[in-house]
Amino acid sequence: MKLSTLKLSIFAAVSSATMLLAAQCASAKTLVYCSEGSPENFYPAINTTGTSFDANTQIYSRLVEFQRGSTNIEPGLAESWEISEDGTIYTFHLRRGVKWQSNKNFKTTRDFNVDDVLFAIDRQWNESNPYFKVTSSNHTYFNDMGMPKLLKSVERLDDYTLKITLNRPEAPFLSDLAMEYAGIQSKEYADALLKTGTPEKLDQEPIGTGPFYLVQYQKDAIIRYRAFPDYYRGKAKIDDLVFAITPDASVRWAKLQKGECHIMPYPNPADLDAMRSDPNVEVLEQPGLNIGYLAYNTQKKPLDDVRVRKAFNMAINKKAIIDTVYLSTGIGAVNPMPPSIWSYNDAIKDDPYDPDAAKKLLAEAGYPNGLQTDLWAMPVQRPYNPNARRIAELMQADLAKIGVTVEIKSFEWGEYRKRLQAGEHQTAQLGWTGDNGDPDNFLNNLLGCAAAAPGGGNIAKWCDKDFDALVMQAKVTNDKAQRTELYKQAQVVFKEQAPWFTIAHAMQLKPVRKEVVDFKLSPFSRHTFYGVDLK
Amino acid sequence: MIRFVLTRVSLVVPTFLGITLLAFILIRLVPGDPIETLAGERGLDPARHEALRAEYGFDRPILFQYGIYIGHVLQGDLGRSLITHEPVLSEFRSLFPATVELALCAIAFALPIGLAAGMLAAVRRNSIFDHGVMAISLTGYSMPIFWWGLLLILLFSVQLDLTPVSGRISVMYFVEPVTGFLLIDTLLSDQDGAFLSAVSHLILPTIVLGTVPLAVTARMTRSAMLEVLGEDYIRTARAKGLPRWRVIAVHALRNALIPVVTVIGLQISVLFTGAILTETIFSWPGVGKWLVEAINRRDYPVLQAGTLLIGATVMAVNLLVDLLYGLINPRIRYAK
Repeated sequence: MKLSTLKLSIFAAVSSATMLLAAQCASAKTLVYCSEGSPENFYPAINTTGTSFDANTQIYSRLVEFQRGSTNIEPGLAESWEISEDGTIYTFHLRRGVKWQSNKNFKTTRDFNVDDVLFAIDRQWNESNPYFKVTSSNHTYFNDMGMPKLLKSVERLDDYTLKITLNRPEAPFLSDLAMEYAGIQSKEYADALLKTGTPEKLDQEPIGTGPFYLVQYQKDAIIRYRAFPDYYRGKAKIDDLVFAITPDASVRWAKLQKGECHIMPYPNPADLDAMRSDPNVEVLEQPGLNIGYLAYNTQKKPLDDVRVRKAFNMAINKKAIIDTVYLSTGIGAVNPMPPSIWSYNDAIKDDPYDPDAAKKLLAEAGYPNGLQTDLWAMPVQRPYNPNARRIAELMQADLAKIGVTVEIKSFEWGEYRKRLQAGEHQTAQLGWTGDNGDPDNFLNNLLGCAAAAPGGGNIAKWCDKDFDALVMQAKVTNDKAQRTELYKQAQVVFKEQAPWFTIAHAMQLKPVRKEVVDFKLSPFSRHTFYGVDLK
Repeated sequence: MIRFVLTRVSLVVPTFLGITLLAFILIRLVPGDPIETLAGERGLDPARHEALRAEYGFDRPILFQYGIYIGHVLQGDLGRSLITHEPVLSEFRSLFPATVELALCAIAFALPIGLAAGMLAAVRRNSIFDHGVMAISLTGYSMPIFWWGLLLILLFSVQLDLTPVSGRISVMYFVEPVTGFLLIDTLLSDQDGAFLSAVSHLILPTIVLGTVPLAVTARMTRSAMLEVLGEDYIRTARAKGLPRWRVIAVHALRNALIPVVTVIGLQISVLFTGAILTETIFSWPGVGKWLVEAINRRDYPVLQAGTLLIGATVMAVNLLVDLLYGLINPRIRYAK
């Protein structure tokens, strides 16, 4: 009797909670997103993970923004801007009447203005800024996007006009400013916290000018936001946004099925068929802004010979890798950047899978009896590569058919990258996820001559004068048509010289419940909920 | 008795120091560099890498680092996470109550059932009940937790819609943590239904986490009881004409409890160190998942402080178990 009473009570509790949730959703629209983990903190300039950016992007705004679902730039806190003819001076005209959020300990007294932008940049750039070391001095993206060397000065012309002078022209500069690290924090709030001796609260109890304000955060459990009614683009269509932190992909799927959340990221490939056949769920798909590749160390024999590299490219069966390792979650890569980036050269044909031709080419290069090489495989799963070890084994089998003996090597992840950057490998798998949607972020970062130095991101150690000249010229040209032409040529050089075997672009898959309206996939795999509604 | 307690407590200090040293050295022996791990695919140029190592003090000799660390610990400063930059102690404080709450529920679920089942199985030795209990407990003991958790979610949450899938409480309730123990906090808040929602969220994780301790307790109780039931004093008690159940529950069970309590103590220690798999499956914000993430990301301060705090908890539980021996068996109290 007692047991059944308890069972009934629990059933009643669960049912009433569900009904109440439904009722609440009807009156106040609450969108629940089953996020995959906890953010590092609420200061995007020191964050490095997509999970953290997702949590922060709801709160903060930037001078310029990526259009929803695209890599194109649109006005943000700056409503317009001019670029000098030589491409080194940017004058931003800031939006007036933009309100700051408040929280329980701080009520803002003024609107957003140029002082906030100056503070946001100075905090990351100037070591004597009182906030430089607050929370962390490791402003990863500000440094990685080359800002300390690029910026010459940042000046206030008046309350709503900002002048940024660069040391050299930099075409991707606007895209860089749309990235999460460039989120603007309130100078007034920062000053107030400094006075009370609690500066770290700036990054723990954040306020921004974004579409949602933070209501509650419990590590590994929940993040609650509420729509900011004074958001400069108008209040969000949903009233409350909840991140229910759910680390396991299968559990996220169970919650989505049951309606405990509306959107989930990073589904388990094994669950995809069930997701696609669920009448309440739609699986949104898009090639991700990423690439997985096998880099050939072009400074070491025998892979310094382009014929050997081409032979390898023709010997590896890409389709088999996509089918067996990526399952339905990847598309074969041809160029060193994904097709969703402007200036992608779709006229380029991939190297054919042709082991006989590969064998001949290898003989022509002076290796009629084959050769020996190593092949490094990451010890971890990455967004662009679900199983590097398995891919290495498939490549090993393919290369054996043309007489190449492959030894697979792996190291602890940090050690792995360190050794690759030092150039200890002959061939190695790695990959990249784009930061700002600019071709420079792939072509120059991963294949430019400067990046081939020890510690750089060019692990093929490939420095081709023609390729580098094209990419460097495109970097300092502001004319997009001209840049497109230069990048298209650079991709041709890349394919001819074959410093990589381009493996795949992993798909971005997002199961979404059908009551969700107008959720758009972000090419950067961000999850933004402004503009999203619930039926 | 006081001497007994003092002897036990005096052992705590060297054990405690040993734990800190071991945690400190071991994590540094694992290949991988926390600064590199922070960098991801982007990598770091050697100069910036060195500057960051110096900033965190990783460029100094290990023993020197250890000395500084112990100095800070003695002042109550356990450091800040390299990833979140939050004080480790405040992260532990926010996560540990969830672990303890779940662990206590798992124990409350496993102990009475395990003791009763083990006792009955011993009394009815070789009966169908005995074989059934042993088969079920062996299954429970060998069940892969991950599979078991997902199975329960699919059955009770998705198919039967009886329990929530995961989390500690429905997202519709906004309960500010006061004690961190949600069952208490929901009672303190005056939101209708919040307490029952928290209870309903506890059911599946409790069963999953309690399965192994339940199986261990049942098996241990059975074997200890079987041994005791064969003793002369049990025969004497029965011969005196005492009722059968009084002999079993008072004379036999109390004497059988010593090994059972030892095993239960060990199980409780394991539960308090966080149940990584249960916490992951049920999105339970506890310390187990926190520590494993710290290992993966080479978050030295979290790992050092987490090991230390959990070590202290385990030692406290063991001390309690030692003291319980004395209550169960007075002879142990006077042992020197």
